[in-house]
Amino acid sequence: MAQTEWILSCEKLTVDFDGFVAVNQMDFQLARGELRFLIGPNGAGKTTMLDMICGKTKPTSGKVFYGDATDISRKKEHQIAAMGIARKFQAPSIFQPLSVFENMELALKQNRSIWTALFRPITSEQRNRIMEGLQLVGLHEKAHMRAGSLSHGEKQWLEIGMMLLQEPTVLLLDEPVAGMTDVETEKTGELLMTITTSCSVVVVEHDMEFVRAFSSTVTVMHEGMLLKEGSMDDIQNDQRVAEVYLGQKAG
Amino acid sequence: MESTIQLLFNGISTSSILLLIALGLAITFGLMNVINMAHGEFIMIGAYSVYVTQNMFALMPDAWFEAYFLVALPIAFVVAAIFGLLLEWLLIRFLYGRPLDSLLATWGVGMMLQQLARTLFGAPNVAVTSPSWLNGGLQFGMVVLPYKRLFILGMVAVVLVLMYLYIYRSAAGRRMRAVMQNREMAGCLGISTRRVDAATFAIGSGIAGVAGCAVALLGPIGPSTGTYYIVDAFMVVVLGGLGKLIGTVAGAFGIGVTNTLFESWTSASIGKVLVFAAIVAFLQWRPKGLVAMRTRSLD
Amino acid sequence: MRTAAIRFIQSRGTVGYLLIAAVLFSAPLFISDFRLNLLAKFLSFAILAIGLDLIWGYTGILSLGQGVFFGLGAYCMAMHLKLASTNGALPDFMSWSGLSELPWFLEPFHSFPAAVLLGLLLPAALAMLLGYVTFRSRIRGVYFSILTQALVLITVTLFVGQQAYTGGTNGVTGFREIFGYSLSNPDVQMVLYWITAAVLIVVFLFAKWLVGTRFARALQAIRDGENRLRFIGYNPDIYKMAVFALSAAFAGLAGMLFVLHVGIISPSMMGIVPSIEMVLWVAIGGRGTLIGAVIGAILINAAKTGFSEAYPDGWLYFLGALFVIAVVFLPSGIMGVRDKLMALVQRRSERNTKQLAEKGGESIGANGMDSVLRETNR
Repeated sequence: MAQTEWILSCEKLTVDFDGFVAVNQMDFQLARGELRFLIGPNGAGKTTMLDMICGKTKPTSGKVFYGDATDISRKKEHQIAAMGIARKFQAPSIFQPLSVFENMELALKQNRSIWTALFRPITSEQRNRIMEGLQLVGLHEKAHMRAGSLSHGEKQWLEIGMMLLQEPTVLLLDEPVAGMTDVETEKTGELLMTITTSCSVVVVEHDMEFVRAFSSTVTVMHEGMLLKEGSMDDIQNDQRVAEVYLGQKAG
Repeated sequence: MESTIQLLFNGISTSSILLLIALGLAITFGLMNVINMAHGEFIMIGAYSVYVTQNMFALMPDAWFEAYFLVALPIAFVVAAIFGLLLEWLLIRFLYGRPLDSLLATWGVGMMLQQLARTLFGAPNVAVTSPSWLNGGLQFGMVVLPYKRLFILGMVAVVLVLMYLYIYRSAAGRRMRAVMQNREMAGCLGISTRRVDAATFAIGSGIAGVAGCAVALLGPIGPSTGTYYIVDAFMVVVLGGLGKLIGTVAGAFGIGVTNTLFESWTSASIGKVLVFAAIVAFLQWRPKGLVAMRTRSLD
Repeated sequence: MRTAAIRFIQSRGTVGYLLIAAVLFSAPLFISDFRLNLLAKFLSFAILAIGLDLIWGYTGILSLGQGVFFGLGAYCMAMHLKLASTNGALPDFMSWSGLSELPWFLEPFHSFPAAVLLGLLLPAALAMLLGYVTFRSRIRGVYFSILTQALVLITVTLFVGQQAYTGGTNGVTGFREIFGYSLSNPDVQMVLYWITAAVLIVVFLFAKWLVGTRFARALQAIRDGENRLRFIGYNPDIYKMAVFALSAAFAGLAGMLFVLHVGIISPSMMGIVPSIEMVLWVAIGGRGTLIGAVIGAILINAAKTGFSEAYPDGWLYFLGALFVIAVVFLPSGIMGVRDKLMALVQRRSERNTKQLAEKGGESIGANGMDSVLRETNR
């Protein structure tokens, strides 16, 4: 069923939380190299969609095809992550007690087995890659600081840096600019632009200004179902979308 | 046939004591997420309260002595609750949100309470004379249902009903549930979370005291009486799942009955191993216990 | 690994470690045979504490079941010594319980290497099994701790109940020699002490190397949030099983050495109370620092011996209070207190340096102190 031009293809994804259907018969396709925004009012099931793709939540029914039509909907989180799907959560998911460098070292794309972790210290080439990554997110001078002591924005950037080093094929971002100042938002936007050149990205976002800054396809969800898919202009002129957002945070 | 019924009754009776102990834990662990390892010592405190009450009544006219146990029940509740209140105020309130630390610290408290009991009452076990109306039992053919055990079953039922009414039907219980579900929000709505925490912990401890009364009926009591039950009681809560009374009830009967059955089919030691294996196997299927609540948080 | 070794040799803290090692090896010169035997026992406890620190201090998993692993190791060694000292006859407790011949599963204990191997592998395998069934179904935190405590309870019940194979409540004792040498001979005891000290040092260096690897970074990441680690592609379950098995093997090793010094193992030594006391050693010493775990194990046991000889009742109050103090006031143990003191001294010396510099005097590098602090911190 899955077509090869899609890197990610969800078919009739449904999840039922003890009677509450958070996502209902949702179809969703992502092309290779595409940047896609997923928007919708609160409770539309956007985050749950990401959860099901990355394995955090197991769908009640439906399938998620990845790459060459592999169904990943029953795989474990770490397997999915190792296959190249990276997920960024709303709250910064870094490891507070480790240093900035050590965080990057853990994220670096390499074998994740115990054996490697014990007996293969990183090479100088890998060390350089980490430092380059830190340079890009502007944390190279704080490489040996405890990650827990970074500011909120810096933590987000560290996480973006970690995702760069994972070299994912698909990147799932959950509200990457929530709680950021305007300056931070702008910098984050630039960083994301850099990453999206090398992988396919799904972004869940509330900030319509931020969405509009990128000209790409937008998927609107409502009450767990697909409402509309198209360019930002199409979306804004759509009657049903306007109704759904009426009284809410409209663009 | 008769032996099976007797076995089943013994299983239910074991379960009822486990349940009584686990009900207190269901409050402190299930609702407050505090691992109170001194819970066993609160049982011991309840048991010694019965012992002391009995000794006081022994000084009074014989006719009154028969009633001592009924007086001992509320006394045990109040004494254990006061200890609980003190513990909450002196220690637990600094440890909310740190369950592993609360486990270790309360273990230390339990150790001190045991030693205190040894200092006050001596290391050897003491026996409680049960009132004469609890001696003997109902007889059906070969099956004997001792009054003591029937009385304990009744006690558990009463405690369960009172707890249900308190938690789900009273204003105080509603405040308690509000605080346990969303501390910040409850605080914003004008509920004194400090007072609710203290009261909740005291009630959980008081129920341990009542459980101590049941333990005192069944045999001699000593400073380390509580430790004998505490691990099993925690297993009940783990098996039953957190947050709902019905889970605890099911967990207690699950463990109590299977324990009695396995022990009679094999030996006491092998039976225990089998029950543990069964619990672990069950948790493979339902890691959060019988009754689980889902959350969306990551860690 | 070689670079790690070089780093270790060059670091300033090494001087301190060498000093401690020198004191350990020369201890037989200063203290009586009786005290030496006690110290040997404490050193075997320190081995266990290192393992417990790896799983609790680094990985954040509180195992209340280390006593079981300790006991398994101890029973393996005791069984070998028992079989070796009966000259082919059936051990006394077995014939008392009505056995007429040695059960097949105890045959391997005739061989010393097999007994040692089993003393390491049995605890590790049990830990692996328990880890597999709990970690895989995401049972963690206090749930895991409670399950390990239940494991202790049933193991003790089992060992008491299966008297024919384990000696019941009395345990296994009454062996007098190892390789034909009398265990009560002071010279033999001294050699055993040295062996224990050497094993402790090897275990310490191994752990020291381990915490410098990316493996340990992953363990620390698990402590901070294992689910986040899953989403960057690691399988924390495997890492947790590995470190749990390792800590169990260390506990087994400690148990084997313990039996050599104490001459008995019984279920009461692997029970709930000793198991949780082991946690206290690490808590008091300072979780997350290897040397802290070692110091904690030795210090608490020394205090216990001294204190409970003089005031057996007071000891339990003291021990109980230690638990509370360790958790509420000393979350990072003795090592945490030391770090705070060092920081204080450093601040003061910085101030002095400043004053000296203002006076035009020579400045002693406050950085020197800082690097000492950092080196010894790990």
